[in-house]
Amino acid sequence: MNKQDTRNTNSARVTSLRRWLASWEAALILLLAAVIVLNSLLSPYFLDWLNLIDSTFSFSEQALIALPMAYLIIAREIDVSVASIVALSAVMMGLAGEAGFGSWAIICTGLLTGLLAGLLNGVIVTALGVHSIVVTIGTLSLYRGIAVAIVRDKALTTFPRDFFVWGRNYIGGVLPVEFAIFLIATIIFGVTLHRTVFGQRIFAIGANPEAAEYSGVRTKRYRIGLFVLTGLISGLAAILLVSRLGSVRLNIATGWELQVITMVVLGGVSIAGGAGTILGVTLAVFLIGWFTFGLSLINVPGIVVNLFVGLMLIGAIAIPSVARALMRFFARSR
Amino acid sequence: MSAAVRWISGQRESALGVVIILLLIVIGLRAPNYLAPANLLNVLINASFLMLLVLGQLIVLLTRGIDLSPASVLAFTGMFLAKLSHAVPETSALVYILLGLLMGTVLGALNGTLVAGAGIPPIIATLGTMTVYRGLIFLLSGGAWISEHEMSVPFKSFPTGVRVVLPNIVWVTIICAFAAWLFLRYTRAGRALYAVGGNPAAARLAGVSIKRAEFLAYCISGAIAGLCGYLWTARFAIAYTQAAEGREFAIIAACVIGGVTITGGKGTVAGVILGALFLSIIESSLPFVRVNPFLQMAISGFVILIAVAVNSRSERSTGRQILPPEAAPEPRETS
Amino acid sequence: MLLHASGISKRFGGVQALSNVSLTASVGEVMALIGENGAGKSTLVKILTGVYQADEGHIVLAGEPTNFTRPQDATAAGISAIHQEPTVFEDLSVAENIFVGMLPCGGRLGLIDWSEMRRRSRELLAEIGVDIDPATPMRHLGVAERHLLTIAKALSTNAQLFIFDEPTASLSHQEIHHLYGIIERLKRAGKAIVFISHKFDEIFAISDRYTVLRDGFHVEEGRIEETDEAALVRSMVGRTLEQIYPKAAVEIGEIVLEVSGFRHETEFDDISFDLRRGEILGFYGLIGAGRTELMEAIFGLTRPAAGRLLLKGHPLRNSDPADSMAAGLAYVPEDRQHHGAILAMSIRENVALPSLDKLSRGVFLNRAAETDLADRYQKRLTIKASDSEQLVAELSGGNQQKVVVAKWLASDPRIMILDEPTKGIDIGSKAEVHRVIGQLVKGGMSIILVSSELEEVLGIADRIVVMHRGRITGRFQREEATAEVVMSAAAGT
Repeated sequence: MNKQDTRNTNSARVTSLRRWLASWEAALILLLAAVIVLNSLLSPYFLDWLNLIDSTFSFSEQALIALPMAYLIIAREIDVSVASIVALSAVMMGLAGEAGFGSWAIICTGLLTGLLAGLLNGVIVTALGVHSIVVTIGTLSLYRGIAVAIVRDKALTTFPRDFFVWGRNYIGGVLPVEFAIFLIATIIFGVTLHRTVFGQRIFAIGANPEAAEYSGVRTKRYRIGLFVLTGLISGLAAILLVSRLGSVRLNIATGWELQVITMVVLGGVSIAGGAGTILGVTLAVFLIGWFTFGLSLINVPGIVVNLFVGLMLIGAIAIPSVARALMRFFARSR
Repeated sequence: MSAAVRWISGQRESALGVVIILLLIVIGLRAPNYLAPANLLNVLINASFLMLLVLGQLIVLLTRGIDLSPASVLAFTGMFLAKLSHAVPETSALVYILLGLLMGTVLGALNGTLVAGAGIPPIIATLGTMTVYRGLIFLLSGGAWISEHEMSVPFKSFPTGVRVVLPNIVWVTIICAFAAWLFLRYTRAGRALYAVGGNPAAARLAGVSIKRAEFLAYCISGAIAGLCGYLWTARFAIAYTQAAEGREFAIIAACVIGGVTITGGKGTVAGVILGALFLSIIESSLPFVRVNPFLQMAISGFVILIAVAVNSRSERSTGRQILPPEAAPEPRETS
Repeated sequence: MLLHASGISKRFGGVQALSNVSLTASVGEVMALIGENGAGKSTLVKILTGVYQADEGHIVLAGEPTNFTRPQDATAAGISAIHQEPTVFEDLSVAENIFVGMLPCGGRLGLIDWSEMRRRSRELLAEIGVDIDPATPMRHLGVAERHLLTIAKALSTNAQLFIFDEPTASLSHQEIHHLYGIIERLKRAGKAIVFISHKFDEIFAISDRYTVLRDGFHVEEGRIEETDEAALVRSMVGRTLEQIYPKAAVEIGEIVLEVSGFRHETEFDDISFDLRRGEILGFYGLIGAGRTELMEAIFGLTRPAAGRLLLKGHPLRNSDPADSMAAGLAYVPEDRQHHGAILAMSIRENVALPSLDKLSRGVFLNRAAETDLADRYQKRLTIKASDSEQLVAELSGGNQQKVVVAKWLASDPRIMILDEPTKGIDIGSKAEVHRVIGQLVKGGMSIILVSSELEEVLGIADRIVVMHRGRITGRFQREEATAEVVMSAAAGT
């Protein structure tokens, strides 16, 4: 078999892999288009530009957390405690507000809480060598538990006026601050993952953690770093959430961990690690976000919307795999 | 020699048993009325749900899978059966039990089809079905609750009804635990789970069907969750959309405490039952020990982390034993 | 004649793995299947055991034509393979490992009969002269015992044809002789045996007939006493022995690495040695002697209980491989598929991985530089691939190993630790790897070569350190090292 053949078949194999990945994004774009069409048919208020922008308030915070979560899942880890970290940060900020701190001090409190919570996650996972899902199931209860123990059945509502800028204001009257932060974060996370040494090492760790370690990648540091990053961004999300809501109760951000993971997985990030794109995650964010928004316009209850998102998640993974199996079946019987 | 080996592997369960006894003693010292028989019975009844659900989760975890949907399955079947009891009050408890098992099996079979049939990673498949089933409850009930007075007497009275000393629900738990133990130890299908989770490649070569084992595991997990749906709804006499929400993680935590590995192939019925008991005792004792009920979640989380840490300590290998225990031979130097 | 496979052909995509190959095996006889890696031996075995289906050809077993579509068919027909790394269930008992898939049931309820399982296990183990308690958890068993278990399992399925695929890689001398004894027993019991090995001493010790494959073709077969090693190598390779282990003269300089007092709780003890510039220091020993564990500790992958490293006189404190790399060390691990290369990534990504900081523009990846680097090393080590974007998973074993070596060479080390670099590689690639090693030491690099192949170590090492059960049991200069003294040190005698 001559060299030309090899080259053709091999580059064909490589580009077909890239093509598959690209096709996941293509499928997401198609789905997104379908959702937009569907929702605009269901409600005249959907295609209103201002409404669509406003809809980003409901998912910007979770979408932010989806970015470092994508990094974690690519690196073969997971963090189901993110919602609890948001809750804990929110409660700490509530306390800071009641103690009369200024906006920047409150922000620092939120970020610091998130950072420390993420650090604890990372340290336990690397020190004990226990699977991250088990550890973060524990910290999920611990962090929210601490939050609940502090806030009890009250609501923390004391915040300085200028704190609400972050969650409620618009830039130039048009673009919500929250959404702008998300967009900037998406670009930073995207470039970092796909164009930097740091990102490449994350892919290596996810593709084969042992080989990465043997190749001189400091996997322990990277793991801890990713958990810290996730905690920090969860803290940031908490800042935006609290400043938008203006109040902190014990059930703040409930169920967010599953929403965030759904965004990441629907975005094409493989749960087995080593593959995924930030573009895919961003598309999935809009897909879920606008789908949810559109249904809420016709008063479909949240829990039913979740049902459809669950179906979307299953479909997104099942359909390609079933399609591939069918293709194999037909190829064999030919 | 074999007895010693078996003793060593049984150590985790006995250690856990000892810890539970110590825990009860400590609680009893602080709050003697916790140890009152009436209260202990109540604790046992409430712990039964977790003990049942961990049996299903154990079976799934053995195959290297995970099931996040039991709480949703529980809530759905509970709502369905509660509606049935409202519509047809004469239905006997046996019908509810059988229907609960059947419905749970169907919902679990859906999970099994997704995982074994479509090859979807279990965490994603069950994450999806978890939200889908939860949504179905809303569609079924329209968001309305079904409360005590709308439930028939046979429906409500079964779980706590006493037959031969213990309440029915405790008997159900004992029977299910025994059945699970029998299944895992004495049937080919049960041993297949260990093989599939321990080394899927070797299992395939040995002719053990991975897909069948996985499918069966999710069906069983669903069936138990369905059964629990009836028992839970009947015992607490309330059916609503958010029933048992958030409990999926507690089930997994109890399994981990009981020595089940996330990577599959390892775990025992005794271990998970004790793990569930342990967690339940901690949760139920907090009001007695005068700990702020708002602290309960934090304490649970803390306990889970400690248990995980202890588990990992005992599982950590110290490297292969290469050095011989005796003294080394003289090195032969010629350079 | 029990087995007669003829006209077997098999194609994978663009590669013709087997062309019109035949193999026979007779009752009471050992047929040695010989060939380099890539010659098609493992493909043939997989076809015989039902893992693959041949495109063409027939397999006739005991006079009956066969058509295996799954491994279970082959097992049911009486064919059993014992592989180099036995696949076992670590958390299950010995008995259960033997009977997995066919657990004995009994009684009215059809429940598993554990005592029957244990009894039959003991019987099967006794048949091969082994005394292991069937209730022992599998993870307590060493490699040799696991092999014995696989044989017992094969007996439990009434196997008539036993295919041994490189079974002795991890066995000590005693264990190898025990295995020979078992093979004799199987012969006398009327079984047919196919024995795959590339250790000639074994081939000549135990086989009756031989078949040579090369590049997917059947080259030669005959009775073993009518041939010799040189003739076999010629058939396998088309080259003579001397060309395989070239040793160039290199000037050996000052001490570059001093290892003193390395100790681990369970893996090694009292390890001290030096490495000089331009030297190839061979580390010989049986598999399981602790050499890999020692090298991993030296490289910073694991933490020893005690030990000091001096690099050119300066203490080296390396808590992870990145530190070692920065100090000029490189480690090519034994398990190239799991530790050496990231199979899912391209050649370029693999080769560039340790050197990303050096190649990058600030924090950003420099793909052009990476491609350039990968192409350079692809040429230098003659890695057979279409281009550097090809996934490493698609390369042959020999080429995968070259990618791992390339990746470390690209990090510009002064000291390289090569752990079984030619394990499982065809003779052609082996010679190339040795040539590259020779070039490297000529350029001033120092190399620690961990190897379990005596000829390799005797062939190219300047000094040989021998380990046995975690301790150094012998040190030899090249001139005084003979097969006998080295092997007896390795056996601990």
